Amino acid sequence: MTSLYSDRSSQGIPDLSYKPSLARNVGSRILTVIAGIFSAVAVLPLILVLGYVIVKGGSKISLALFTELPPPPGLDGGGIANAIVGTIVVTVVAALIAIPVGVGGGIFLAEYSSSGWFAQFIRFGTNVLSGVPSIIAGVFIYGTIVTSRVLFGNAYSALAGGMALSILMLPTVIKTTDEGLKLVSDDLRRAALGVGASRFVTIVRITLPTAFTPIATGVVLAIARAAGETAPLIFTALFSPFWSDLLSTDGIFAPIATLSVLIYNFAIMPYEFHNELAWSASFVLVVMILGLNLFSRWLARFAAK
Amino acid sequence: MTTSQLQTEQHQVSDDTAISIQNVTISYGSYEAVKNVYCDVPRGKVTAFIGPSGCGKSTVLRSLNRMNDLIEGCSLKGRVLFDGVDLYGASVDPVEVRRRIGMVFQQPNPFPKSIYENIAFGARINGFTGDMDELVERSLRQAAVWDECKDKLNESGYSLSGGQQQRLCIARTIAIQPEVILMDEPCSALDPISTLKIEETMHELKKSFTIVIVTHNMQQAVRVSDMTAFYNAEAVEGGSGKVGYLVEFNETEKIFNSPQQQATQDYVSGRFG
Repeated sequence: MTSLYSDRSSQGIPDLSYKPSLARNVGSRILTVIAGIFSAVAVLPLILVLGYVIVKGGSKISLALFTELPPPPGLDGGGIANAIVGTIVVTVVAALIAIPVGVGGGIFLAEYSSSGWFAQFIRFGTNVLSGVPSIIAGVFIYGTIVTSRVLFGNAYSALAGGMALSILMLPTVIKTTDEGLKLVSDDLRRAALGVGASRFVTIVRITLPTAFTPIATGVVLAIARAAGETAPLIFTALFSPFWSDLLSTDGIFAPIATLSVLIYNFAIMPYEFHNELAWSASFVLVVMILGLNLFSRWLARFAAK
Repeated sequence: MTTSQLQTEQHQVSDDTAISIQNVTISYGSYEAVKNVYCDVPRGKVTAFIGPSGCGKSTVLRSLNRMNDLIEGCSLKGRVLFDGVDLYGASVDPVEVRRRIGMVFQQPNPFPKSIYENIAFGARINGFTGDMDELVERSLRQAAVWDECKDKLNESGYSLSGGQQQRLCIARTIAIQPEVILMDEPCSALDPISTLKIEETMHELKKSFTIVIVTHNMQQAVRVSDMTAFYNAEAVEGGSGKVGYLVEFNETEKIFNSPQQQATQDYVSGRFG
Protein backbone atom coordinates (compact mmCIF):
# COMPACT_ATOMS: atom_id res chain seq x y z
CA MET A 1 0.00 0.00 0.00
CA THR A 2 1.53 3.33 -1.06
CA SER A 3 0.78 6.48 0.87
CA LEU A 4 -0.06 9.75 -0.90
CA TYR A 5 2.69 11.36 1.15
CA SER A 6 5.54 8.99 0.45
CA ASP A 7 8.39 11.51 0.85
CA ARG A 8 9.85 10.07 4.01
CA SER A 9 13.49 9.22 4.57
CA SER A 10 14.57 5.66 5.15
CA GLN A 11 14.23 6.11 8.92
CA GLY A 12 10.60 7.16 8.38
CA ILE A 13 11.19 10.84 9.32
CA PRO A 14 8.72 13.07 7.43
CA ASP A 15 10.12 15.85 5.24
CA LEU A 16 8.48 19.05 6.49
CA SER A 17 10.95 21.61 5.07
CA TYR A 18 9.71 24.68 3.09
CA LYS A 19 10.14 24.22 -0.70
CA PRO A 20 10.13 27.62 -2.50
CA SER A 21 9.60 26.07 -5.93
CA LEU A 22 6.29 24.45 -5.12
CA ALA A 23 3.42 25.90 -7.19
CA ARG A 24 1.43 26.94 -4.11
CA ASN A 25 4.41 28.76 -2.60
CA VAL A 26 5.17 30.59 -5.86
CA GLY A 27 1.51 31.58 -6.21
CA SER A 28 1.44 32.79 -2.63
CA ARG A 29 4.46 35.04 -3.16
CA ILE A 30 3.09 36.52 -6.39
CA LEU A 31 -0.28 37.34 -4.79
CA THR A 32 1.41 38.88 -1.75
CA VAL A 33 3.41 41.19 -4.02
CA ILE A 34 0.32 42.17 -6.05
CA ALA A 35 -1.69 42.88 -2.89
CA GLY A 36 1.20 44.96 -1.54
CA ILE A 37 1.40 47.05 -4.73
CA PHE A 38 -2.32 47.75 -4.74
CA SER A 39 -2.41 48.76 -1.09
CA ALA A 40 0.53 51.09 -1.72
CA VAL A 41 -1.36 52.63 -4.67
CA ALA A 42 -4.42 53.00 -2.46
CA VAL A 43 -2.51 54.82 0.26
CA LEU A 44 -0.64 57.05 -2.22
CA PRO A 45 -3.41 59.62 -2.85
CA LEU A 46 -4.01 59.90 0.89
CA ILE A 47 -0.37 60.72 1.55
CA LEU A 48 -0.05 62.99 -1.51
CA VAL A 49 -3.19 65.02 -0.76
CA LEU A 50 -2.38 65.45 2.92
CA GLY A 51 1.28 66.16 2.19
CA TYR A 52 0.47 68.69 -0.53
CA VAL A 53 -2.03 70.52 1.67
CA ILE A 54 0.39 70.58 4.58
CA VAL A 55 3.29 71.83 2.45
CA LYS A 56 1.31 74.44 0.50
CA GLY A 57 -1.02 75.55 3.31
CA GLY A 58 0.98 74.92 6.45
CA SER A 59 3.75 77.24 5.37
CA LYS A 60 1.43 80.25 5.36
CA ILE A 61 -0.02 79.87 8.81
CA SER A 62 0.13 83.16 10.69
CA LEU A 63 -1.71 84.93 13.47
CA ALA A 64 -3.44 87.23 10.96
CA LEU A 65 -5.02 84.15 9.38
CA PHE A 66 -7.03 83.51 12.52
CA THR A 67 -7.88 87.12 13.39
CA GLU A 68 -8.46 89.08 10.19
CA LEU A 69 -11.02 89.22 7.39
CA PRO A 70 -10.12 88.21 3.85
CA PRO A 71 -8.93 91.20 1.73
CA PRO A 72 -10.91 92.56 -1.22
CA PRO A 73 -9.86 91.10 -4.59
CA GLY A 74 -6.52 92.40 -5.72
CA LEU A 75 -5.30 93.46 -2.28
CA ASP A 76 -2.94 91.62 0.05
CA GLY A 77 -2.99 91.04 3.81
CA GLY A 78 -5.73 89.47 5.87
CA GLY A 79 -6.98 86.11 7.03
CA ILE A 80 -9.87 83.71 7.04
CA ALA A 81 -11.14 84.25 10.57
CA ASN A 82 -14.77 84.82 9.54
CA ALA A 83 -14.80 81.55 7.57
CA ILE A 84 -13.43 79.58 10.53
CA VAL A 85 -16.17 81.02 12.75
CA GLY A 86 -18.73 80.38 9.99
CA THR A 87 -17.78 76.73 9.59
CA ILE A 88 -18.17 76.23 13.33
CA VAL A 89 -21.53 78.05 13.39
CA VAL A 90 -22.99 76.13 10.44
CA THR A 91 -21.75 72.80 11.80
CA VAL A 92 -23.18 73.52 15.26
CA VAL A 93 -26.56 74.38 13.70
CA ALA A 94 -26.43 71.13 11.73
CA ALA A 95 -25.53 69.12 14.85
CA LEU A 96 -28.31 70.74 16.87
CA ILE A 97 -30.82 69.58 14.27
CA ALA A 98 -29.36 66.20 13.35
CA ILE A 99 -28.44 64.85 16.82
CA PRO A 100 -31.89 64.97 18.48
CA VAL A 101 -33.69 63.79 15.36
CA GLY A 102 -31.12 61.13 14.49
CA VAL A 103 -30.69 59.75 18.01
CA GLY A 104 -34.46 59.73 18.44
CA GLY A 105 -34.90 57.87 15.16
CA GLY A 106 -32.20 55.39 16.13
CA ILE A 107 -33.88 54.77 19.49
CA PHE A 108 -37.16 54.12 17.72
CA LEU A 109 -35.55 51.64 15.34
CA ALA A 110 -33.61 49.74 18.00
CA GLU A 111 -35.98 49.84 20.97
CA TYR A 112 -39.56 50.45 19.89
CA SER A 113 -40.08 49.18 16.35
CA SER A 114 -40.63 45.45 16.11
CA SER A 115 -38.97 45.11 12.69
CA GLY A 116 -42.28 45.87 11.01
CA TRP A 117 -42.61 47.31 7.54
CA PHE A 118 -42.31 50.87 8.87
CA ALA A 119 -38.94 50.19 10.54
CA GLN A 120 -37.72 48.34 7.44
CA PHE A 121 -38.77 51.32 5.36
CA ILE A 122 -36.88 53.78 7.61
CA ARG A 123 -33.73 51.61 7.60
CA PHE A 124 -33.89 51.36 3.81
CA GLY A 125 -34.52 55.11 3.51
CA THR A 126 -31.56 55.83 5.78
CA ASN A 127 -29.28 53.74 3.62
CA VAL A 128 -30.50 55.51 0.48
CA LEU A 129 -30.09 58.92 2.11
CA SER A 130 -26.50 58.15 3.11
CA GLY A 131 -25.73 57.50 -0.56
CA VAL A 132 -27.42 60.64 -1.88
CA PRO A 133 -24.90 63.12 -3.34
CA SER A 134 -24.44 66.06 -1.02
CA ILE A 135 -25.41 68.58 -3.70
CA ILE A 136 -28.90 67.06 -3.72
CA ALA A 137 -29.28 68.01 -0.06
CA GLY A 138 -28.24 71.54 -1.03
CA VAL A 139 -30.71 71.69 -3.91
CA PHE A 140 -33.46 70.43 -1.63
CA ILE A 141 -32.86 73.13 0.99
CA TYR A 142 -32.44 75.73 -1.77
CA GLY A 143 -35.81 74.76 -3.23
CA THR A 144 -37.72 74.48 0.03
CA ILE A 145 -36.10 77.01 2.38
CA VAL A 146 -34.03 79.51 0.41
CA THR A 147 -36.26 80.37 -2.57
CA SER A 148 -39.46 80.30 -0.52
CA ARG A 149 -37.94 82.61 2.12
CA VAL A 150 -39.80 80.78 4.91
CA LEU A 151 -37.15 81.77 7.47
CA PHE A 152 -38.73 85.15 8.26
CA GLY A 153 -38.17 86.43 4.75
CA ASN A 154 -34.47 85.61 4.63
CA ALA A 155 -33.13 83.75 1.62
CA TYR A 156 -29.50 82.58 1.94
CA SER A 157 -28.60 82.04 5.57
CA ALA A 158 -26.36 80.19 8.00
CA LEU A 159 -29.47 78.41 9.24
CA ALA A 160 -30.30 77.10 5.76
CA GLY A 161 -26.70 75.91 5.39
CA GLY A 162 -26.91 74.11 8.72
CA MET A 163 -30.14 72.45 7.63
CA ALA A 164 -28.54 71.18 4.43
CA LEU A 165 -25.62 69.73 6.42
CA SER A 166 -27.98 68.16 8.97
CA ILE A 167 -29.59 66.17 6.15
CA LEU A 168 -26.16 64.72 5.39
CA MET A 169 -25.52 63.94 9.05
CA LEU A 170 -28.86 62.27 9.73
CA PRO A 171 -28.22 58.82 8.18
CA THR A 172 -24.92 58.39 10.03
CA VAL A 173 -26.41 59.44 13.36
CA ILE A 174 -29.48 57.20 12.94
CA LYS A 175 -27.39 54.23 11.91
CA THR A 176 -24.79 54.50 14.68
CA THR A 177 -27.49 54.98 17.32
CA ASP A 178 -29.40 51.98 16.00
CA GLU A 179 -26.28 49.80 15.89
CA GLY A 180 -24.97 51.08 19.21
CA LEU A 181 -28.21 50.28 21.02
CA LYS A 182 -28.35 46.84 19.42
CA LEU A 183 -24.96 46.08 20.99
CA VAL A 184 -26.41 46.55 24.48
CA SER A 185 -27.07 43.15 25.97
CA ASP A 186 -30.72 42.18 26.41
CA ASP A 187 -29.77 40.95 29.89
CA LEU A 188 -29.42 44.58 30.91
CA ARG A 189 -32.83 45.53 29.55
CA ARG A 190 -34.41 42.56 31.32
CA ALA A 191 -32.61 43.51 34.54
CA ALA A 192 -34.05 47.03 34.42
CA LEU A 193 -37.55 45.84 33.51
CA GLY A 194 -37.25 43.18 36.22
CA VAL A 195 -36.91 45.83 38.93
CA GLY A 196 -40.00 47.56 37.64
CA ALA A 197 -38.54 50.15 35.29
CA SER A 198 -40.79 51.31 32.48
CA ARG A 199 -39.51 51.13 28.93
CA PHE A 200 -38.76 54.84 28.88
CA VAL A 201 -36.76 54.72 32.14
CA THR A 202 -34.91 51.64 30.89
CA ILE A 203 -33.83 53.44 27.72
CA VAL A 204 -32.96 56.78 29.31
CA ARG A 205 -31.21 55.47 32.42
CA ILE A 206 -29.71 52.15 31.34
CA THR A 207 -29.54 51.47 27.60
CA LEU A 208 -28.58 54.92 26.31
CA PRO A 209 -25.78 55.52 28.86
CA THR A 210 -24.40 52.06 28.10
CA ALA A 211 -24.37 52.77 24.38
CA PHE A 212 -23.13 56.34 24.83
CA THR A 213 -19.65 55.85 23.38
CA PRO A 214 -20.52 54.22 20.05
CA ILE A 215 -23.27 56.79 19.57
CA ALA A 216 -20.97 59.69 20.45
CA THR A 217 -18.29 58.33 18.12
CA GLY A 218 -20.77 58.15 15.26
CA VAL A 219 -22.03 61.65 15.94
CA VAL A 220 -18.49 63.08 15.94
CA LEU A 221 -17.70 61.34 12.65
CA ALA A 222 -20.92 62.70 11.15
CA ILE A 223 -19.96 66.21 12.28
CA ALA A 224 -16.50 65.78 10.78
CA ARG A 225 -18.02 64.74 7.48
CA ALA A 226 -20.48 67.63 7.42
CA ALA A 227 -17.84 70.22 8.34
CA GLY A 228 -15.96 69.56 5.12
CA GLU A 229 -18.92 69.68 2.74
CA THR A 230 -18.98 72.39 0.06
CA ALA A 231 -21.72 71.57 -2.42
CA PRO A 232 -24.71 71.91 -0.06
CA LEU A 233 -23.39 75.23 1.26
CA ILE A 234 -22.73 77.03 -2.04
CA PHE A 235 -26.37 77.91 -2.59
CA THR A 236 -27.69 77.76 0.99
CA ALA A 237 -25.20 79.54 3.26
CA LEU A 238 -23.62 81.28 0.27
CA PHE A 239 -20.59 83.36 1.31
CA SER A 240 -19.79 86.60 3.05
CA PRO A 241 -16.59 88.62 3.13
CA PHE A 242 -17.61 90.15 6.47
CA TRP A 243 -17.93 89.11 10.08
CA SER A 244 -21.34 87.63 10.75
CA ASP A 245 -23.24 89.40 13.49
CA LEU A 246 -23.55 86.46 15.87
CA LEU A 247 -24.46 88.54 18.89
CA SER A 248 -27.93 89.15 17.44
CA THR A 249 -30.20 86.69 15.66
CA ASP A 250 -29.47 88.43 12.34
CA GLY A 251 -26.21 86.51 12.20
CA ILE A 252 -27.68 83.11 11.55
CA PHE A 253 -30.33 84.49 9.18
CA ALA A 254 -27.71 86.12 6.96
CA PRO A 255 -25.31 84.54 4.47
CA ILE A 256 -22.16 83.30 6.18
CA ALA A 257 -18.62 82.45 5.12
CA THR A 258 -17.42 78.88 5.53
CA LEU A 259 -13.97 77.38 4.96
CA SER A 260 -15.05 74.99 2.23
CA VAL A 261 -16.87 77.65 0.20
CA LEU A 262 -13.97 80.06 0.77
CA ILE A 263 -11.61 77.48 -0.72
CA TYR A 264 -13.96 77.01 -3.68
CA ASN A 265 -14.20 80.76 -4.29
CA PHE A 266 -10.60 81.80 -3.69
CA ALA A 267 -8.83 78.89 -5.38
CA ILE A 268 -10.13 79.94 -8.81
CA MET A 269 -9.50 83.67 -8.38
CA PRO A 270 -6.77 85.21 -10.55
CA TYR A 271 -5.05 86.72 -7.50
CA GLU A 272 -1.99 85.11 -5.97
CA PHE A 273 -2.79 86.09 -2.39
CA HIS A 274 -6.33 84.70 -2.54
CA ASN A 275 -5.03 81.41 -3.90
CA GLU A 276 -2.66 81.24 -0.95
CA LEU A 277 -5.52 81.97 1.44
CA ALA A 278 -7.40 79.03 -0.12
CA TRP A 279 -4.42 76.79 0.62
CA SER A 280 -4.24 77.98 4.20
CA ALA A 281 -7.97 77.41 4.58
CA SER A 282 -7.53 73.87 3.22
CA PHE A 283 -4.88 73.25 5.83
CA VAL A 284 -7.04 74.60 8.65
CA LEU A 285 -10.04 72.54 7.48
CA VAL A 286 -8.01 69.34 7.23
CA VAL A 287 -6.58 69.88 10.69
CA MET A 288 -10.06 70.53 12.11
CA ILE A 289 -11.44 67.33 10.58
CA LEU A 290 -8.39 65.38 11.63
CA GLY A 291 -8.88 66.67 15.16
CA LEU A 292 -12.52 65.55 15.18
CA ASN A 293 -11.54 62.11 13.93
CA LEU A 294 -8.87 61.76 16.59
CA PHE A 295 -11.42 62.87 19.18
CA SER A 296 -13.83 60.14 18.02
CA ARG A 297 -11.07 57.54 18.28
CA TRP A 298 -10.27 58.74 21.76
CA LEU A 299 -13.95 58.39 22.63
CA ALA A 300 -13.94 54.81 21.34
CA ARG A 301 -10.82 54.03 23.36
CA PHE A 302 -12.53 55.59 26.37
CA ALA A 303 -15.39 53.12 25.88
CA ALA A 304 -13.18 50.09 25.80
CA LYS A 305 -12.16 50.75 29.39
CA MET B 1 -72.73 33.79 35.26
CA THR B 2 -74.08 37.12 36.46
CA THR B 3 -72.23 36.90 39.76
CA SER B 4 -68.92 36.21 38.09
CA GLN B 5 -69.45 39.22 35.82
CA LEU B 6 -69.93 41.42 38.86
CA GLN B 7 -66.56 40.53 40.31
CA THR B 8 -64.89 41.64 37.10
CA GLU B 9 -61.17 41.29 37.82
CA GLN B 10 -61.39 39.68 41.20
CA HIS B 11 -61.26 35.90 41.35
CA GLN B 12 -61.60 33.70 44.37
CA VAL B 13 -58.40 32.04 45.54
CA SER B 14 -57.26 30.82 48.92
CA ASP B 15 -55.46 33.33 51.13
CA ASP B 16 -52.45 31.07 51.35
CA THR B 17 -51.90 31.25 47.62
CA ALA B 18 -49.68 34.03 46.28
CA ILE B 19 -49.90 33.15 42.61
CA SER B 20 -52.44 30.83 41.08
CA ILE B 21 -51.67 29.45 37.64
CA GLN B 22 -54.91 28.28 36.07
CA ASN B 23 -54.96 26.24 32.88
CA VAL B 24 -52.09 28.19 31.35
CA THR B 25 -50.89 27.39 27.84
CA ILE B 26 -47.96 29.40 26.47
CA SER B 27 -47.07 29.42 22.77
CA TYR B 28 -44.28 30.92 20.72
CA GLY B 29 -46.02 31.75 17.48
CA SER B 30 -48.06 28.68 16.62
CA TYR B 31 -45.80 26.34 18.59
CA GLU B 32 -47.05 25.44 22.04
CA ALA B 33 -44.19 25.42 24.56
CA VAL B 34 -46.11 24.37 27.63
CA LYS B 35 -49.70 23.28 28.04
CA ASN B 36 -52.53 23.22 30.58
CA VAL B 37 -50.58 24.11 33.71
CA TYR B 38 -52.49 24.35 37.00
CA CYS B 39 -50.41 25.31 40.00
CA ASP B 40 -50.96 27.27 43.23
CA VAL B 41 -47.77 28.89 44.50
CA PRO B 42 -48.08 29.16 48.30
CA ARG B 43 -47.33 32.41 50.11
CA GLY B 44 -44.14 32.73 52.16
CA LYS B 45 -42.65 29.49 50.90
CA VAL B 46 -40.04 28.46 48.37
CA THR B 47 -41.48 26.69 45.35
CA ALA B 48 -39.11 24.91 42.99
CA PHE B 49 -39.76 24.13 39.31
CA ILE B 50 -37.73 21.14 38.16
CA GLY B 51 -37.68 19.10 34.98
CA PRO B 52 -35.59 18.26 31.92
CA SER B 53 -34.49 20.93 29.42
CA GLY B 54 -37.21 22.22 27.14
CA CYS B 55 -40.07 21.31 29.45
CA GLY B 56 -41.20 24.92 29.76
CA LYS B 57 -40.41 25.57 33.41
CA SER B 58 -38.55 28.81 32.65
CA THR B 59 -41.31 29.84 30.27
CA VAL B 60 -43.90 29.41 33.02
CA LEU B 61 -41.69 31.32 35.47
CA ARG B 62 -41.28 34.24 33.07
CA SER B 63 -45.04 34.35 32.54
CA LEU B 64 -45.47 35.09 36.25
CA ASN B 65 -44.16 38.65 35.91
CA ARG B 66 -44.90 39.14 32.22
CA MET B 67 -41.30 38.89 31.09
CA ASN B 68 -42.55 36.85 28.17
CA ASP B 69 -44.05 40.07 26.78
CA LEU B 70 -40.53 40.93 25.60
CA ILE B 71 -40.37 37.85 23.39
CA GLU B 72 -41.96 38.47 20.05
CA GLY B 73 -44.81 36.12 19.16
CA CYS B 74 -45.20 34.75 22.67
CA SER B 75 -48.81 34.40 23.77
CA LEU B 76 -50.57 33.00 26.82
CA LYS B 77 -53.96 31.38 27.25
CA GLY B 78 -55.52 30.77 30.63
CA ARG B 79 -55.19 32.82 33.79
CA VAL B 80 -52.39 33.79 36.15
CA LEU B 81 -53.93 35.17 39.33
CA PHE B 82 -51.82 37.26 41.70
CA ASP B 83 -53.81 37.78 44.91
CA GLY B 84 -56.91 37.23 42.85
CA VAL B 85 -56.05 39.68 40.06
CA ASP B 86 -55.48 38.31 36.57
CA LEU B 87 -51.98 39.41 35.51
CA TYR B 88 -53.04 39.19 31.88
CA GLY B 89 -56.17 41.31 32.31
CA ALA B 90 -56.74 44.00 29.70
CA SER B 91 -56.03 46.93 32.01
CA VAL B 92 -52.96 45.47 33.74
CA ASP B 93 -49.69 47.43 33.39
CA PRO B 94 -46.74 45.00 33.13
CA VAL B 95 -44.52 47.59 34.85
CA GLU B 96 -46.76 47.48 37.95
CA VAL B 97 -46.66 43.67 37.87
CA ARG B 98 -42.86 43.63 37.80
CA ARG B 99 -42.63 46.04 40.70
CA ARG B 100 -44.50 43.55 42.86
CA ILE B 101 -43.02 40.39 41.37
CA GLY B 102 -39.26 40.82 41.01
CA MET B 103 -36.92 38.58 39.08
CA VAL B 104 -33.36 37.27 39.37
CA PHE B 105 -31.89 35.95 36.14
CA GLN B 106 -29.71 33.03 35.12
CA GLN B 107 -26.68 35.17 34.30
CA PRO B 108 -25.69 37.80 36.87
CA ASN B 109 -26.62 41.07 35.15
CA PRO B 110 -25.69 44.06 37.31
CA PHE B 111 -26.11 47.50 35.75
CA PRO B 112 -22.90 49.18 34.56
CA LYS B 113 -23.10 51.47 37.58
CA SER B 114 -21.66 51.52 41.08
CA ILE B 115 -22.76 48.89 43.59
CA TYR B 116 -24.68 51.55 45.49
CA GLU B 117 -26.45 52.76 42.34
CA ASN B 118 -27.32 49.19 41.36
CA ILE B 119 -29.45 48.93 44.50
CA ALA B 120 -30.67 52.53 44.53
CA PHE B 121 -31.81 52.53 40.88
CA GLY B 122 -34.81 50.26 41.35
CA ALA B 123 -35.88 51.89 44.60
CA ARG B 124 -35.58 55.38 43.17
CA ILE B 125 -37.63 54.73 40.05
CA ASN B 126 -40.25 53.13 42.28
CA GLY B 127 -40.58 56.39 44.18
CA PHE B 128 -38.65 55.44 47.32
CA THR B 129 -38.11 58.56 49.40
CA GLY B 130 -36.71 57.16 52.66
CA ASP B 131 -33.12 56.78 53.77
CA MET B 132 -31.36 55.39 50.70
CA ASP B 133 -28.13 54.53 52.54
CA GLU B 134 -30.08 52.49 55.02
CA LEU B 135 -32.05 50.71 52.29
CA VAL B 136 -28.85 49.84 50.39
CA GLU B 137 -27.23 48.43 53.50
CA ARG B 138 -30.33 46.45 54.52
CA SER B 139 -30.76 44.97 51.03
CA LEU B 140 -27.11 44.00 50.76
CA ARG B 141 -27.22 42.46 54.23
CA GLN B 142 -30.35 40.47 53.39
CA ALA B 143 -28.65 39.17 50.27
CA ALA B 144 -25.59 38.24 52.36
CA VAL B 145 -23.19 40.29 50.28
CA TRP B 146 -22.76 43.30 52.58
CA ASP B 147 -19.46 42.22 54.09
CA GLU B 148 -17.85 41.77 50.70
CA CYS B 149 -18.82 45.13 49.29
CA LYS B 150 -19.35 47.53 52.19
CA ASP B 151 -15.93 49.08 51.53
CA LYS B 152 -16.42 49.56 47.81
CA LEU B 153 -19.97 50.76 47.36
CA ASN B 154 -18.79 53.29 44.79
CA GLU B 155 -16.98 50.77 42.63
CA SER B 156 -18.59 49.26 39.55
CA GLY B 157 -20.88 46.27 40.03
CA TYR B 158 -18.66 44.49 37.53
CA SER B 159 -15.75 44.56 39.97
CA LEU B 160 -17.41 41.78 41.99
CA SER B 161 -17.01 38.06 41.33
CA GLY B 162 -19.79 36.12 39.61
CA GLY B 163 -21.31 34.83 42.84
CA GLN B 164 -21.15 38.27 44.45
CA GLN B 165 -22.71 39.82 41.35
CA GLN B 166 -25.61 37.38 41.58
CA ARG B 167 -26.16 38.25 45.24
CA LEU B 168 -25.97 41.92 44.25
CA CYS B 169 -28.75 41.20 41.73
CA ILE B 170 -30.77 39.54 44.50
CA ALA B 171 -30.18 42.58 46.73
CA ARG B 172 -31.29 44.82 43.88
CA THR B 173 -34.52 42.84 43.61
CA ILE B 174 -35.11 42.90 47.38
CA ALA B 175 -34.61 46.66 47.45
CA ILE B 176 -37.82 47.29 45.51
CA GLN B 177 -39.69 45.34 48.24
CA PRO B 178 -41.53 42.95 45.94
CA GLU B 179 -43.99 40.41 47.28
CA VAL B 180 -42.72 37.57 45.14
CA ILE B 181 -39.18 36.89 43.87
CA LEU B 182 -38.75 34.74 40.78
CA MET B 183 -35.36 33.10 40.27
CA ASP B 184 -34.47 31.58 36.92
CA GLU B 185 -31.66 29.08 37.59
CA PRO B 186 -29.83 31.67 39.72
CA CYS B 187 -26.90 29.36 40.48
CA SER B 188 -26.28 27.73 37.12
CA ALA B 189 -23.38 30.08 36.32
CA LEU B 190 -21.84 29.87 39.78
CA ASP B 191 -19.38 27.68 41.66
CA PRO B 192 -20.52 25.44 44.57
CA ILE B 193 -19.41 27.85 47.30
CA SER B 194 -21.33 30.78 45.79
CA THR B 195 -24.29 28.45 45.24
CA LEU B 196 -24.26 27.50 48.90
CA LYS B 197 -24.23 31.16 49.93
CA ILE B 198 -27.16 31.96 47.68
CA GLU B 199 -29.10 29.01 49.07
CA GLU B 200 -28.47 30.27 52.59
CA THR B 201 -29.67 33.68 51.44
CA MET B 202 -32.88 32.10 50.17
CA HIS B 203 -33.60 30.51 53.53
CA GLU B 204 -33.39 33.98 55.06
CA LEU B 205 -35.47 35.56 52.32
CA LYS B 206 -38.43 33.22 52.55
CA LYS B 207 -39.24 34.74 55.94
CA SER B 208 -40.33 37.89 54.13
CA PHE B 209 -40.90 36.92 50.51
CA THR B 210 -42.55 34.26 48.40
CA ILE B 211 -39.91 32.65 46.21
CA VAL B 212 -40.27 30.67 43.01
CA ILE B 213 -37.07 29.10 41.70
CA VAL B 214 -36.33 27.21 38.51
CA THR B 215 -33.44 24.81 38.93
CA HIS B 216 -31.73 22.05 37.03
CA ASN B 217 -30.16 20.81 40.20
CA MET B 218 -32.42 18.37 42.06
CA GLN B 219 -30.31 18.47 45.23
CA GLN B 220 -30.77 22.22 45.24
CA ALA B 221 -34.54 21.79 45.01
CA VAL B 222 -34.40 19.41 48.00
CA ARG B 223 -32.22 21.81 49.96
CA VAL B 224 -34.12 25.04 49.44
CA SER B 225 -37.73 24.37 48.53
CA ASP B 226 -40.88 23.56 50.44
CA MET B 227 -42.94 22.74 47.37
CA THR B 228 -41.78 21.24 44.09
CA ALA B 229 -43.40 21.19 40.68
CA PHE B 230 -42.09 18.62 38.25
CA TYR B 231 -42.45 19.48 34.54
CA ASN B 232 -41.84 17.11 31.69
CA ALA B 233 -42.01 17.32 27.92
CA GLU B 234 -43.55 14.89 25.51
CA ALA B 235 -43.61 14.72 21.74
CA VAL B 236 -47.00 15.37 20.23
CA GLU B 237 -48.24 13.67 17.10
CA GLY B 238 -47.86 15.90 14.04
CA GLY B 239 -45.95 18.53 16.03
CA SER B 240 -42.41 19.65 15.27
CA GLY B 241 -41.16 19.67 18.84
CA LYS B 242 -42.04 18.68 22.35
CA VAL B 243 -44.74 20.21 24.46
CA GLY B 244 -44.11 20.76 28.15
CA TYR B 245 -46.66 20.01 30.86
CA LEU B 246 -46.86 19.89 34.63
CA VAL B 247 -46.59 16.31 35.83
CA GLU B 248 -46.83 16.66 39.54
CA PHE B 249 -46.95 19.41 42.15
CA ASN B 250 -46.59 18.55 45.80
CA GLU B 251 -44.50 19.07 48.90
CA THR B 252 -40.82 18.65 48.06
CA GLU B 253 -40.47 15.80 50.52
CA LYS B 254 -43.27 13.85 48.81
CA ILE B 255 -42.02 14.54 45.29
CA PHE B 256 -38.61 13.12 46.09
CA ASN B 257 -39.60 10.28 48.39
CA SER B 258 -43.02 9.07 47.37
CA PRO B 259 -44.00 10.57 43.99
CA GLN B 260 -47.42 9.70 42.62
CA GLN B 261 -46.33 9.54 38.98
CA GLN B 262 -43.95 7.09 37.37
CA ALA B 263 -42.29 9.88 35.34
CA THR B 264 -41.49 11.82 38.50
CA GLN B 265 -40.08 8.68 40.11
CA ASP B 266 -37.86 8.09 37.06
CA TYR B 267 -36.64 11.69 36.95
CA VAL B 268 -35.85 12.20 40.64
CA SER B 269 -34.07 8.87 40.81
CA GLY B 270 -31.90 9.92 37.87
CA ARG B 271 -33.19 7.46 35.32
CA PHE B 272 -33.57 10.19 32.69
CA GLY B 273 -33.11 13.92 32.21
